[in-house]
Amino acid sequence: MVYLTRKAEFSASHYYHNPEFSTEENRRIFGKCNNPNGHGHNYTLEVTVKGDVDPRSGFVVDLKSLKDILHREVLDAMDHRFLNKEVPEFFNQIPTTENLAIVIWQRLEPKLKQAELHRVRVYETPDLFVDFYGEA
Amino acid sequence: MKAHLTRRYLFSASHRLHNDAMSAEENAATYGKCNNPHGHGHNYALEITVSGQVDQRTGMVCNLVDLDGFVQQEIIERFDLQNLNVLPEFSKSVPTTENLCIAIYDILQRGFKHAHPEKVRFEETMMNSFEYAGGKELIV
Repeated sequence: MVYLTRKAEFSASHYYHNPEFSTEENRRIFGKCNNPNGHGHNYTLEVTVKGDVDPRSGFVVDLKSLKDILHREVLDAMDHRFLNKEVPEFFNQIPTTENLAIVIWQRLEPKLKQAELHRVRVYETPDLFVDFYGEA
Repeated sequence: MKAHLTRRYLFSASHRLHNDAMSAEENAATYGKCNNPHGHGHNYALEITVSGQVDQRTGMVCNLVDLDGFVQQEIIERFDLQNLNVLPEFSKSVPTTENLCIAIYDILQRGFKHAHPEKVRFEETMMNSFEYAGGKELIV
């Protein structure tokens, strides 16, 4: 079993707000992230897949096809977007880094044919990242 | 859904690697330059990984304000700009970065209740790093 990680970067804006909370509660829990005009990050995404090395190609996965899937499913949908308003998964859930990792997993997992998705890591800043392994 | 969240912190401290149970020659042979009696310092980068269910109402594993507050009070304020050898955590062990990982993990395990402490990772310099997950196998 070999693990392969592909990295990509995208920039997007978001804000944290739960309509079920009162204004005060939203402000207390989410702090500055509650500003309704949003704010932005340069996200770094690391997608790790695992599989056996194909004896003929020497590949775990065709990197070109992995890159195409990443672009189609994630970057085209999220790069230079306002996540709350432009990515359907975030119309009804808060675009925290936790939820972003889960949504990216859910977008990629059904599209990967050759190798199995192992981990989605999303850096919101160099000092903060979330890992999702597809665990319930 | 269970997710893992990692936050990175920086602090600086000095230490000397020396074991009283060893002879002077053995200490010098084992620890080399790190056995210098006057000690030396590092800028440590500390990565703390916690895990838990993503709260459906907040979208969070835990509120970063709680994690930052705990780490600031229980770790940074106690270890930053200190000589590790004189801290109670190292009264019976050598303050290698391996033992530092274990000491920090224990502090989290005992006191941090907002999420499950999963792993502590230290970069002592740009060239080396250490990880401890409470004796569990590390996941990639």
